[in-house]
Amino acid sequence: MTSGEDLNLWVRNALSEIAGTTTLDELKKARIGHAGDKSPIALASRSLGGLPNEQRASLGKLIGTARAEVSAAIEMRGEILEAERDSRVIREEVVDVTLPSARGHRGGLHPLTVLKNEINDYFIAQGYGIAEGPELEAEWLNFDALNMPADHPARSMQDTFFVEPLAARLVLRTHTSPVQIRTMLDRNPPIYIICPGRTFRADELDATHSPVFHQVEGLVVDRGITMAHLKGTLDLFAREMFGSQALTRLRPSYFPFTEPSAEVDVFFNGRWIEWGGCGMVNPRVLTACGVDVEEFSGFAFGMGLERTLMVRHGITDMHDIVEGDIRFSRAFGVGI
Amino acid sequence: MRAPLSWLREFADVPPTMTPEEISDAFVRVGFEVEEILLSGDDIYGPLVVGRVLKVETITEFKKPIRWVELDCAEPTSRSVICGAENFVAGDLVVVALPGATLPGGFAISQRETYGKTSNGMICSARELGLSEDHAGILVLRPDTAQPGEDALELLQVDDVVFEIAVNPDRGYALSIRGLARELAASIGVAYRDPVHAIDTSSLPISAGGVEVSIDDPSGASVIYIRTLKDFDPRATSPLWMSRRLEKCGMRSISLAVDVTNYVMLELGQPLHAFDREKITGRLHIRRAGTPITFTTLDGQERLLEPENLLVADDIRPLALAGTMGGVDSEVTDETTTLAIEAARFDPVSISKNSRGHRISSEASRRFERGVDPSLAEYASARAAQLLISLGGASHVASQKDGEPRFTPIVDFDPTYVSKLTGADISLAQVEKMLTLVGCDVARITDAHWRVDPPSWRSDLKAPADLVEEVARMVGYDSIPSILPPHPVSPGLTRTQLRRRAIAQLMADRGLVEIQTYPFTSESVIRSLGYSGPRAQAFRLTNPISDDAPLLRTHLIPGLIEAAVRNLGRGIRDFGIFEVGSIFQNSRDLPEIINPLTDQRPTAEQIESIYSGVPNQPIHLGGLLIGKAEKEDWRGKGRDYDWSDAISLVESVLSICNLDWTIANSEFAPWHPGRCAEILVDGSVVAHAGELHPRVISEFGLPARACAFVVNLSALPRPQLTRAPFLGTFPSAVQDIALIVDESIPSATVVAALRSGAGELLESISLFDRYSQVGEGKVSLAFTLSFRAPDRTLTGAEVAEMREAAVDSARTQLGAILRSS
Repeated sequence: MTSGEDLNLWVRNALSEIAGTTTLDELKKARIGHAGDKSPIALASRSLGGLPNEQRASLGKLIGTARAEVSAAIEMRGEILEAERDSRVIREEVVDVTLPSARGHRGGLHPLTVLKNEINDYFIAQGYGIAEGPELEAEWLNFDALNMPADHPARSMQDTFFVEPLAARLVLRTHTSPVQIRTMLDRNPPIYIICPGRTFRADELDATHSPVFHQVEGLVVDRGITMAHLKGTLDLFAREMFGSQALTRLRPSYFPFTEPSAEVDVFFNGRWIEWGGCGMVNPRVLTACGVDVEEFSGFAFGMGLERTLMVRHGITDMHDIVEGDIRFSRAFGVGI
Repeated sequence: MRAPLSWLREFADVPPTMTPEEISDAFVRVGFEVEEILLSGDDIYGPLVVGRVLKVETITEFKKPIRWVELDCAEPTSRSVICGAENFVAGDLVVVALPGATLPGGFAISQRETYGKTSNGMICSARELGLSEDHAGILVLRPDTAQPGEDALELLQVDDVVFEIAVNPDRGYALSIRGLARELAASIGVAYRDPVHAIDTSSLPISAGGVEVSIDDPSGASVIYIRTLKDFDPRATSPLWMSRRLEKCGMRSISLAVDVTNYVMLELGQPLHAFDREKITGRLHIRRAGTPITFTTLDGQERLLEPENLLVADDIRPLALAGTMGGVDSEVTDETTTLAIEAARFDPVSISKNSRGHRISSEASRRFERGVDPSLAEYASARAAQLLISLGGASHVASQKDGEPRFTPIVDFDPTYVSKLTGADISLAQVEKMLTLVGCDVARITDAHWRVDPPSWRSDLKAPADLVEEVARMVGYDSIPSILPPHPVSPGLTRTQLRRRAIAQLMADRGLVEIQTYPFTSESVIRSLGYSGPRAQAFRLTNPISDDAPLLRTHLIPGLIEAAVRNLGRGIRDFGIFEVGSIFQNSRDLPEIINPLTDQRPTAEQIESIYSGVPNQPIHLGGLLIGKAEKEDWRGKGRDYDWSDAISLVESVLSICNLDWTIANSEFAPWHPGRCAEILVDGSVVAHAGELHPRVISEFGLPARACAFVVNLSALPRPQLTRAPFLGTFPSAVQDIALIVDESIPSATVVAALRSGAGELLESISLFDRYSQVGEGKVSLAFTLSFRAPDRTLTGAEVAEMREAAVDSARTQLGAILRSS
């Protein structure tokens, strides 16, 4: 029959072996040896059934205590060994996080797209809509309606791309102004729009000119619109484009579609830069679109996107903008 | 237009204290852009005098010949100087810098010993005086144009400021000293004297005799004056003051007769023409060419005149392309003694056509195109005649005229319109003052109704808005306040605009770089890419920049290839690029368009006709994939772009647009006929994607297996309003099956067959393996099918039944064999 001494010996042996384990596998072996089905304590427990009641109760209690002691030791040792194993595994799994991780290429938008988006968002916040129209455009919308009659110099083949047959009266639009005309023909005032888009003039490509370029034009037609509103709009737009220090200056000028007309200069990086043209919409233009000039007046302005981009970002050669070298576009990201 | 300050001062009292920059600012304020300020003589200090060469002695003992020159400078004794130039003889008038003078570059003149002589000054060249770049020799003045001892700085008007001014096309009058002086005086608020007021025409009355003139075509000219002079001395030379002013304005002094016409044109703005009277047969006519005829202009060019060209002709032949350039046959020569001076007010449009048609932009045509003051024909011709009489010894034979000047009509004007349009608070008194300042006569009928009579030189002042600009310009645009208009509610970006922006963003996120290319192409490119149908029908430009690219693009791929080749040439080997832009297909007959007038809104029919005459220009997204999609790195070999990347990019576009699509094999240029997909939405092809045709790849030098895609963004429909999906929460049952099918059967067809058999409870189906070593012409496709019922957990028997039905459907429709595992 098992004695208290036997149990004490078994527990001592068990505790000493458990304490000496250095791996979870060793601990598992110790558990099987000292707490498994065939361990001396388990066998003693199983033989309890053949004992008289009073002995069974007292020995059973001793066995229970011994079992609990061994289990607690196994559990405690287990926690320590698991923690050691975990930290070892973590140590072994360390990587060099500075290795290049990108898999694909870095993409990007063309800086003209980035700038156009920025301008669109700015004017949307000012309450404007974004109007667009075709690049191959009706001559009447590009010229006649804008107070540029058939004999106007800008309509010569030196300046404007015409498309065959001439009887179809189609040109590659020389400005985005035909979009203004379409808008005034299609809708009643109040009109607050900007018209970004691609435009064409028969110029050779050089450092500052391109036969294909982009403009953003603005048109406001409403009751009581004055040149002061034009000035306020341009002042704020200039600050948005060139920073809060930007100043503007209007110089009297001439455009057939505005009267009075002005050139807009911006003071940027210590000098005055010609930025665009503007003016009050010529009543002849409003009349050609059926806008009642007694009730409504309006202003319009137009800037070159390439010019804005070149001034703002220090681009010195137009070729970089038009050639499609991906290193150029990529440098500008997507504008966020 | 170049305007010397010394000349401007003759008509405008510019304060002597004003700096050139302040004067330039004054021009800019009223709308005249000063492109350049040219200073002359600001670094030259006297004494500089006129000297007459008395004696020239050549000294030969040195390396180069040197001249020892004795000069009369109206001093008690003659003065001797050393000079290296040889272009003068005794008796010539020259300019002498005396000791104490300083020439440009801080070059101080002093008495000095040289070549064994004492040189007492220096004879100057035109360049040393800052007059011109001419350094071929010293400046020799024309005989009798100066006296020895005269102050040469003053005589030659050396010290001056010349403003190079850009004149807007509506301001023809400002292509003259008269006009610019008026603007300058108004801008700085000083007195102005109109030179026309100083011209007295009474000595040149209209009378019989001399050359007669008639305006045969009144649409070509409103008024013309001809003044006939005789006894002109062809050897008479232009005085220095005149030739110097011409030079400062950028013109060369030619002969007295020509110089006088140019001088008066610069002074007043009226182009004039001097004919040799002997070469005129009968009377002068202003008429159209009528029939094509050849004519040789002064520049020696033989030109074929168009019927509508406006001419100055005599009874038998053309004498001048009106307002543009004279003819070589009636030119004034160094033997001409009788002159006919012509001054006309030609129609700007006619002259513009003359000038553009023959590609002649002359001083005269530039002014006539912009409109010349109609009152000037009389006065400018008189001024020229008077100068020729006083300087060339001519006498007046007779003056003739035809027509009458047509002036700008009176404008009915509400002066409160000024404040209404500018937003500036400008009093009625100020409005009147400013209108008067620019030359208008103002009659106040009531406070809200004035009758404003524009001056003769302002044909551009036709409407109230034009008058507002004049007032605003003179008050100064600075005085207009800066305020924001009322803020409307923005509609924001349209769906289409949002979509386009998101798609570009998506492409960038997927590693592609946006580029923008010119939309021009050529027949040879269209042929090389194998385009047919609408993509071979391109619009042709009448006047392309380059004959190599006279057509508008019909597809985005050629421009992308060109850009790709450029990048490859710059050493960039692996990349994806894309472009979003319009394409142009000339695929329908274009109607002939009649442009309506613009004095009122066109009718609905006219607007419709204009709109429908503009061809549809769809916006495409195009992309090109070159080299590796993933570069070789520490993880492995990387991965080449292939046809499936191109299709996947298209799918990603359709996916963010929330559209459903199907894919089919396609043969479509410029793609590889076996590796091209067409992508359909609602049964219409909206995109193509795949590998480029090997022939295209080799022709343009692209790397093998280059891939491309094009999506017609304009063809993408708006998605239906989304119905919320049912989210099943009962467990799904997953079944894998492998089928052996003919290799020619597209996987999409197999999927469709499985789907049709599996029934409504099939939630998803995906291909997870494709294996071809299963026999000749066969392929094994392995799919995962996932089933789910909305209302219960499916039993094993139900799932097995649906799986069986799916396989049966593939077997009966496509002959598929279930692969035993």
